[in-house]
Amino acid sequence: MSDIRFEQVGQRFGDRSVLHDVNLSLTEHRIGIVGANGSGKSTLVRMINGLVTPSTGTVTVDGQNVARHAREVRRKVGFIFTNPDNQIVMPTVQEDVAFTLRRRGLTPAEIARRTAAALDQFGLSEHAEHPAHRLSGGQKQLLALAAVLVAEPATIVADEPTTLLDARNARRIGNLLQTLPQQVIVVTHHLHLVEDFDRVIVIDEGTVLADGAPQQSLATYRSLLLA
Amino acid sequence: MIGLYSPGTSFVHRAPTLLKLFLLSLCVLLIGTSPNPWVIGGAAAGALLLFVVARVPVRAAAAQVAPILLILLVAVPVQGLLSGWMIAALMAGRLLVAVALAALFTMTTTVTAVLEAFQTLLRPFGRFIDADRVGLLVALTIRCIPLVSDIVREVLEARTARGTQGSLVSIAVPVVVRSLYAADALGEALIARGLDD
Amino acid sequence: MTATVHSSTPTRRILPARDLAQIAIFAALIAALGLPGPLNIGPVPITLQSLGVMFAGAILGARKGSLAVLLFLVLTAVGLPLLAGARGGIGVFTVSPAAGYLYGWLLGAFVTGYLTARLLPKYPFWPALGATTLGGIVAVYLVGIPVMAVNLGLPLWTTLGLNVAFIPGDLIKVVLTVLVAGQVHRAYPGLIIRPTRRRA
Repeated sequence: MSDIRFEQVGQRFGDRSVLHDVNLSLTEHRIGIVGANGSGKSTLVRMINGLVTPSTGTVTVDGQNVARHAREVRRKVGFIFTNPDNQIVMPTVQEDVAFTLRRRGLTPAEIARRTAAALDQFGLSEHAEHPAHRLSGGQKQLLALAAVLVAEPATIVADEPTTLLDARNARRIGNLLQTLPQQVIVVTHHLHLVEDFDRVIVIDEGTVLADGAPQQSLATYRSLLLA
Repeated sequence: MIGLYSPGTSFVHRAPTLLKLFLLSLCVLLIGTSPNPWVIGGAAAGALLLFVVARVPVRAAAAQVAPILLILLVAVPVQGLLSGWMIAALMAGRLLVAVALAALFTMTTTVTAVLEAFQTLLRPFGRFIDADRVGLLVALTIRCIPLVSDIVREVLEARTARGTQGSLVSIAVPVVVRSLYAADALGEALIARGLDD
Repeated sequence: MTATVHSSTPTRRILPARDLAQIAIFAALIAALGLPGPLNIGPVPITLQSLGVMFAGAILGARKGSLAVLLFLVLTAVGLPLLAGARGGIGVFTVSPAAGYLYGWLLGAFVTGYLTARLLPKYPFWPALGATTLGGIVAVYLVGIPVMAVNLGLPLWTTLGLNVAFIPGDLIKVVLTVLVAGQVHRAYPGLIIRPTRRRA
């Protein structure tokens, strides 16, 4: 569990304002973030591990400024992207999981042990030596999760992790995210995924529109969609 | 990542990669500079013996050597007319033996072993080249080949679905642009997963 | 998904992650273009692989483009059958008559990229055509033909004659490259950062 804080955060790409005046303190176990396309929610979560540096304001994780301590923060915060194809960086399933552990001062035996354990946890052991691109979409997202969790981060940030999956695989990944012991921050359009989370934040046009218990936040968001 | 490797247990397969690489260079140099037909004939016999010992499938070996035969089909007559048939035959023999030996090396050494040998050879240049990063880039590229092939397939399918024929340019542009977006996403994933740790 | 990528590490890496990914993707593109094998147009086998090399120079620029070609060549050298017709291994880099073309590709991507950087952001057609011809054909042949002459033991001019048949195909690839690169640079600006000129 990490203590993530946004203070007076704003972001501009050229002359377009994507986020403005965002103040948040994220300490709950499971946090959902919802919002329309282009609302700025993807940019918001990318700031948590320094993939995007805010134009104004600061983001801190456990008191460390992400912009200055990106390396330390990334060891605490794992990131799951929307398209599993684009986050597989190594040719085989096993090598891809092991990639996360490189340069961490672990012995090859320890890397092999942890990789095998992570693959086993996600039911990918039989595919260990297979080319990663041959996996199904759902299996690829499982691989992405395994590759992030093998490093034992305190927090998982997932940016629309189920958008490209079919209903069955979306439910599977959703269930997995819900049962992780880690702090989980999920951006999603699948509202049922975050219905029993501890907190849901609605982002609209670059700012926080609603923030609180899932029922209230999601009600606000649904009325926004109908307006 | 099998590549051109053909599995086996012969001593040719088991010999250390760097030793094989060194002997190959030596042989190629010797064959390339010797004007003596006996040396080349001997080398050809030696190469044939090694192929038999290594039990490399004939078909796979032929596939690697065949393109040279096509070139020789043109080059030998030209050479023969210009500088005599003896010289033409020597040139053809040299080339065939050298190509065959190089193919033998490739077919009896795993990609991983060659890569490791390259990294070892790079080590003295560690100040200029990060051997670890070279290995990473090679693996990343092997991962990208199916990714790019998928993009090409999808662009072609989209074209068929729209029922438009389209020029080569109208196929190539979306392939390249989508590949660049994929590269962006991969770059993000590399950073998020601790590339620079 | 317009987020910018920052690798905010204390030690500045020579190649940021995005450049690394672009280099790998283009090396993969060159490989993928070789998968269909050589197409025979008349008696001359035409491979799309040299098109990938021209793309690398004209789209990624001198540094990233030639690194992508180098990476592709390393993959081929370690024994992956990526050259058109499923060939590979160290033989194609040393004793093969066409070995020089592979080194020529490296120079070609660099020259194309170097000249292209000076034509951006406008990328006018005729100068771009000239730049890509110089890099994609002249530079490649400049290395390829002498090596072929040596490896086949033929005089230089005879070897040149043997290669004339490839020029029309290569010219078509040059035109295609310029048309594609023009559109790509408009759709995705900032791929080639023009070296800032020192003030006199």
